[in-house]
Amino acid sequence: MILTKAQYDEIAQCLVSVPPTRQSLRKLKQRFPSQSQATLLSIFSQEYQKHIKRTHAKHHTSEAIESYYQRYLNGVVKNGAAPVLLDLANEVDYAPSLMARLILERFLQEHEETPPSKTVINSMLRDPSQIPDGVLANQVYQCIVNDCCYGPLVDCIKHAIGHEHEVLLRDMLLEKNLSFLDEDQLRAKGYDKTPDFILQVPVAVEGHIIHWIESKASFGDECSHHAYLHDQFWSYWNRFGPGLVIYWYGFIQELDCNRERGILLKACFPTNIVTLCHSVA
Amino acid sequence: MAAVLESLLREEVSVAAVVRWIAGSTQGSKDNPGEAAVLSSLRPLRKEFVPFLLNFLREQSSRVLPQGPPTPAKAPGASAALPGRPGGPPRGSRGARSQLFPPTEALSTAAESPVARRGGRRRVLGPARERGGRSLEEGVSGESLPGAGSRRLRGSGSPSRPSLTLSDPPNLSNLEEFPPVGSVPPGPTGTKPSRRINPTPVSEERSLSKPKTCFTSPPISCAPSSQPSVLDTRPWGLGLPPGCRSLQEEREMLRKERSKQLQQSPTPTYPTPELGSPLPSRTGGLTDEPADPARVSSRQRLQLVALVYSSCIAENLVPNLFLELFFVFQLLTARRMVTTKDNDFELSPGALDSLESPLFQSIHDCVFFAVQVLECHFQVLSNLDKGTLKLLAENERLLCFSPALQGRLRAAYEGSVAKVSLVMPPSAQAVSFQPETDNRANFSSDRAFHTFKKQRDVFYEVLREWEDHHEEPGWDFEKGLGSRIRAMMGQLSAACSHSHFVRLFQKQLLQMCQSPGGAGGTVLGEAPDVLSMLGADKLGRLWRLQERLVTPQSSGGPCPPPTFPGCQGFFRDFILSASSFQFNQHLMDSLSLKIQELNGLALPQHEPSDEDGESDVDWQGERRQFAVVLLSLRLLAKFLGFVAFLPYRGPEPPPTGELQDSILALRSQVPPVLDVRTLLKRGLQARRAVLTVPWLVEFLSFADHVVPLLDYYRGIFTLLLRLHRSLVLSQENEGKMCFLNKLLLLAVLGWLFQIPTVPEDLFFLEEGPSDAFEMDTVAPEHGLDSMPVVDQQLLYTCCPYIGELRKLLALWVSGSSGRSGGFVRKITPTTTTSSLGAQPPQTSQGLQAQLAQAFFHNQPPSLRRTVEFVAERIGSNCVKHIKATLVADLVRQAESLLQEQLVTQGEEGGDPAQLLEILYSRLCPHGAQALALGREFCQRKSPGAVRALLPEETPAAVLSSAENIAVGLATEKACAWLSANITALIRREVKAAVSRTLRAQGPEPAARGERRGCSRACEHHAPLPSHLISEIKDVLSLAVGPRDPDEGVSPEHLEQLVGQLGQTLQCRQFLCPPAEQHLAKCSVELASLLVADQIPILGPPAQHRLERGQARRLLHMLLSLWKEDFQGPVPLQLLLSPRNVGLLADTRPREWDLLLFLLRELVEKGLMGRMEIEACLGSLHQAQWPRDFAEELATLSNLFLAEPHLPEPQLRACELVQPNRGTVLAQS
Repeated sequence: MILTKAQYDEIAQCLVSVPPTRQSLRKLKQRFPSQSQATLLSIFSQEYQKHIKRTHAKHHTSEAIESYYQRYLNGVVKNGAAPVLLDLANEVDYAPSLMARLILERFLQEHEETPPSKTVINSMLRDPSQIPDGVLANQVYQCIVNDCCYGPLVDCIKHAIGHEHEVLLRDMLLEKNLSFLDEDQLRAKGYDKTPDFILQVPVAVEGHIIHWIESKASFGDECSHHAYLHDQFWSYWNRFGPGLVIYWYGFIQELDCNRERGILLKACFPTNIVTLCHSVA
Repeated sequence: MAAVLESLLREEVSVAAVVRWIAGSTQGSKDNPGEAAVLSSLRPLRKEFVPFLLNFLREQSSRVLPQGPPTPAKAPGASAALPGRPGGPPRGSRGARSQLFPPTEALSTAAESPVARRGGRRRVLGPARERGGRSLEEGVSGESLPGAGSRRLRGSGSPSRPSLTLSDPPNLSNLEEFPPVGSVPPGPTGTKPSRRINPTPVSEERSLSKPKTCFTSPPISCAPSSQPSVLDTRPWGLGLPPGCRSLQEEREMLRKERSKQLQQSPTPTYPTPELGSPLPSRTGGLTDEPADPARVSSRQRLQLVALVYSSCIAENLVPNLFLELFFVFQLLTARRMVTTKDNDFELSPGALDSLESPLFQSIHDCVFFAVQVLECHFQVLSNLDKGTLKLLAENERLLCFSPALQGRLRAAYEGSVAKVSLVMPPSAQAVSFQPETDNRANFSSDRAFHTFKKQRDVFYEVLREWEDHHEEPGWDFEKGLGSRIRAMMGQLSAACSHSHFVRLFQKQLLQMCQSPGGAGGTVLGEAPDVLSMLGADKLGRLWRLQERLVTPQSSGGPCPPPTFPGCQGFFRDFILSASSFQFNQHLMDSLSLKIQELNGLALPQHEPSDEDGESDVDWQGERRQFAVVLLSLRLLAKFLGFVAFLPYRGPEPPPTGELQDSILALRSQVPPVLDVRTLLKRGLQARRAVLTVPWLVEFLSFADHVVPLLDYYRGIFTLLLRLHRSLVLSQENEGKMCFLNKLLLLAVLGWLFQIPTVPEDLFFLEEGPSDAFEMDTVAPEHGLDSMPVVDQQLLYTCCPYIGELRKLLALWVSGSSGRSGGFVRKITPTTTTSSLGAQPPQTSQGLQAQLAQAFFHNQPPSLRRTVEFVAERIGSNCVKHIKATLVADLVRQAESLLQEQLVTQGEEGGDPAQLLEILYSRLCPHGAQALALGREFCQRKSPGAVRALLPEETPAAVLSSAENIAVGLATEKACAWLSANITALIRREVKAAVSRTLRAQGPEPAARGERRGCSRACEHHAPLPSHLISEIKDVLSLAVGPRDPDEGVSPEHLEQLVGQLGQTLQCRQFLCPPAEQHLAKCSVELASLLVADQIPILGPPAQHRLERGQARRLLHMLLSLWKEDFQGPVPLQLLLSPRNVGLLADTRPREWDLLLFLLRELVEKGLMGRMEIEACLGSLHQAQWPRDFAEELATLSNLFLAEPHLPEPQLRACELVQPNRGTVLAQS
């Protein structure tokens, strides 16, 4: 699903200040029926993350935390079964999972002698049963299952999607008889930067030489693509030469501008792969 | 001097005698007594003759308007001593000169100091102003002035006249193009030359009547924007603010001067060429004067001078062969004579045999003279590239004046295969990451490793940015990248990081800049370019097309100063911006090492006896290989010279007097960065001058002014001068140097002698016992010098300025504005990379080794190369094989031993260091097997490889000997390595494995358990885990709420979901451990919601709840998945967590039967132990519940506990699923 910048902007425009809930996603799908769900979700998730990054700081001032905590306490005193925390998050335009973390941290600070470690918090978020307060446990759990952009479940889904696409890619490479070294093998050899796959024999795709392939189970928007270029793709080029990036959920067409320089973008496994011919004509 | 020439013209002496006299060799032996008498009386002047002759010719030709690029560069100074050294040759020369031009001479010599006298090209500043003038020149030289054109003031003032008088000196405004050489002063006062740049008139007092100083070197860089010359920026001009100011001043003066001259100029002034265009364009109104052989004025005189001149060239008595050729070509293509104000001079009969009348009185004379000279140098001409030959052969003047020469040239052209072409290779490739040198094991600490990782990326980021921007006007390297580079260099704290970075830097340099255009190509030691393998034809065509579209780079005249063209500029600027002492030091170390390594490379020895076709093929390869090595060496040496002399270069003038002495004393203490003198001597002895000298020249071209005065380097220059003299092109003997090899050396040496920092008089001062240059007799029979390793491609690649000859001819053809045919970029020869690395094997086995050597002696060289190559590779592969087999086995043993240790010693496993020692002591002795295995491997692998690589027709005996030698060499190599390193290798690998294992002990034990794969028939069509987690999450979020009234799930959907979960768990293809963990957890949550009847079901409002039977069925399915399909632990205890049990509290009426059912099933299936459930139920009581709920919970507990105990293993699911660690590892 390769979108032009204009198409992408149109979608992104619809996502401003939309809470990351099941319902929002459903509406989005109705609004853009021609786009694949996965692409929409990916764009939504990335746009939302950008939004959160921008506003993150304001939710983390001590005043804000205090005010949220008080509102939470007041809310659950009135009705512990109501979605107090979730509503609060939606109201102040913050991710429910992150709000849950904020309140949990604040709660633990109050109830424990030592400030909670990150490990403890993460573990409680993964399994709210460990939260000493039953009401808070339910509230946190509700936030987590209702957040479609943040939280341990979403993280796991993203990780799983990434893994699945790597497996898919591996299968395709095997099917095409292209021998490669995967990330684990590269790491074992001590490579400092490891793309998903390095081809042992380079191939050409659309006239461009490919030494490595990186699988990205997300949509390639400007922000993420530039971050990837800086942290990964150029680093791969610096070590292994030109390569291919597959954004399985599509990308903004205009970003595919480094082909000549050695970074080729595709939204699927390339169909016309030219391999080195060993036979002598 | 003139006396000699006059004697010659009067036929008192023969040309041969004169040349012998000049050369100072065997004088008198063949000369007749009369000649000897004449010449011996002139003996003290001998050394000044050549400079005199050259200057004389330049002066004489000054009225000819050449249209070529600004001409001849550095001319030799003749008489002066080294700068600052008192004394010098006697002034007698002036006397001789003054016979010719009494008025001029008398005055000028009188006014001159010995130093000022040393160039006829000194500026009109007078001795007193010398220092200031010099520094100004230096300042100016830092900046490329607007080409030659700005100073080209043709026809201004008074052009040459028949007799030169003080008030009417020869028109030297043209001397930019025909600079006088040596000791002839252009004007009344001595001027100070700069050989780098045409000094612009600085002195305001200078009047037009005074001649402009000739410049002795073409403008530095004609295209300053794209190709900043090394001279124009910091390397020499660093810290040059005053210079900049003076430059401004100078420009201002230049403007004034020009406007004055314009006003007075009687002849049309040529438009100033644009920056970047070295070629002046002609304006209309000038027509070429036809040249007619019949109208040559004094044939005999011209012939004689031409003969002497040619002989001097042939004997290498002139410093730069190609500069003279360039001059001759200019004469050949001269368009017209300057109209002299008074055309009154006619040839007086008596003037014929003297020099009092101009030598060139017309275009006809010029062309005649040029053709005469060219006839003597047919051999050189015929070895130029095909394009030049074509232009020469098609030159109508040549045809007109010498049909014979034209015929020979045409034949040479037709037979020539020396097509020099320009191919632009693809853009930069990065240096590939090589685990052997780049992985963590090569760094002292994790930090250093990761720092270097970042640095590599910053380096390429900077490089990419440079590629994008360096051609943009106004972009400045230092401004754009300087601070980033320095920040990066600042992070290189550890010395080892510096060496890593330098290695990267140097490799990238070689990769990008091997050819002078800065364009890459195949790199030494790197894999051949894939692009060239994939459809090389097409690419070649594309590049050729591109070549036509791209304006050829100007190489800046026939004697350009050293520059850093193309990508080299990046590396130069990087070094300057980094300004890091450590970096420079490491770089010099690394460059020196690589230079020594390449210089000492055993380049395949050609056996002249090789027959026919085969040797042809071999030759191509060898030439390519030589070219790659030579070009690499030149590049490395250039940068070494640049960095090594960087601290000593500055804009200030060379020191003189006491200051110089003290600097000399100091500098002579400093050991040279690389012992180039020894390398040169060795190179000469081993007859490898053709390899060593070209890179040495590159190195020396960056020397500062003091360097040539140091004893160490003086010795080098002396050797080079002798070598230069000995390279007489006409002498071609068996076993001597090949013609093109000589030509290459002459070209590079000639170029070196024109470099501003090389004292101009060095060349003529050197007392040349020309025959005494003996190649050491211990030289091998066939050194590289005697092999045809140089071809035109390489010659032009190394010396792009030779292409100026062709430009000159092309310009003649095209009028002027047409394309200038320049060859600047060349194909970088490709190479078979592997063979380069093949070092001669260590032959230590005495007689056997000698026998092996003897065996190779009479075989084609390719055989030896093949055997060495095979041995090298097989030996290396053998080591790798041992690593992958024996060592890997030992590592596995280590892992299982470690497991045993861990089991016996409990979880802690004891002290890791101690553990390691135990493992070492058990495993290292096995390393001894390596040698036997290695031997076996080499024995098995080598013969096949040799057989595959040698020609089918190789005689059986030869083949088997070759095989055996290969086996022996490979074994020797492998075993030498193995016996020295195997123990260390095992220790290292075992250590790595142990730390891996110990680390893996920690978290995620589930990830390590034995995993079943999919069944054989599985087609991997199961739903993806991510999809399932997402679906289950949706159900969970619906159940937990909040939800819209119309939201819910159908019972079918639930069943489908659980069914899919089963499929996914059975197909493991896409399942990763974290996903499985979450699926397990979600499935437990789902079960809890089923038990508590919390899942909103779609349908009529009355049926919003799931039927009991359906719920039971779903729970059954889940139980079976937990039991059969999950391979990781399932957190079943969550079923009894207060939160999940608490869900029941909300339901009315509460139904406990599903929970009881679930608990029973868990026990029955062995998923949970009764005791464990009891414990969970017990802890539930401690939570705070509504009173009625607590009572019901107690009832449930009692009910469950009342049931009879079943005899079942008290194990948790995860323990069941996960077998004992030790056994797993032992099995693997």
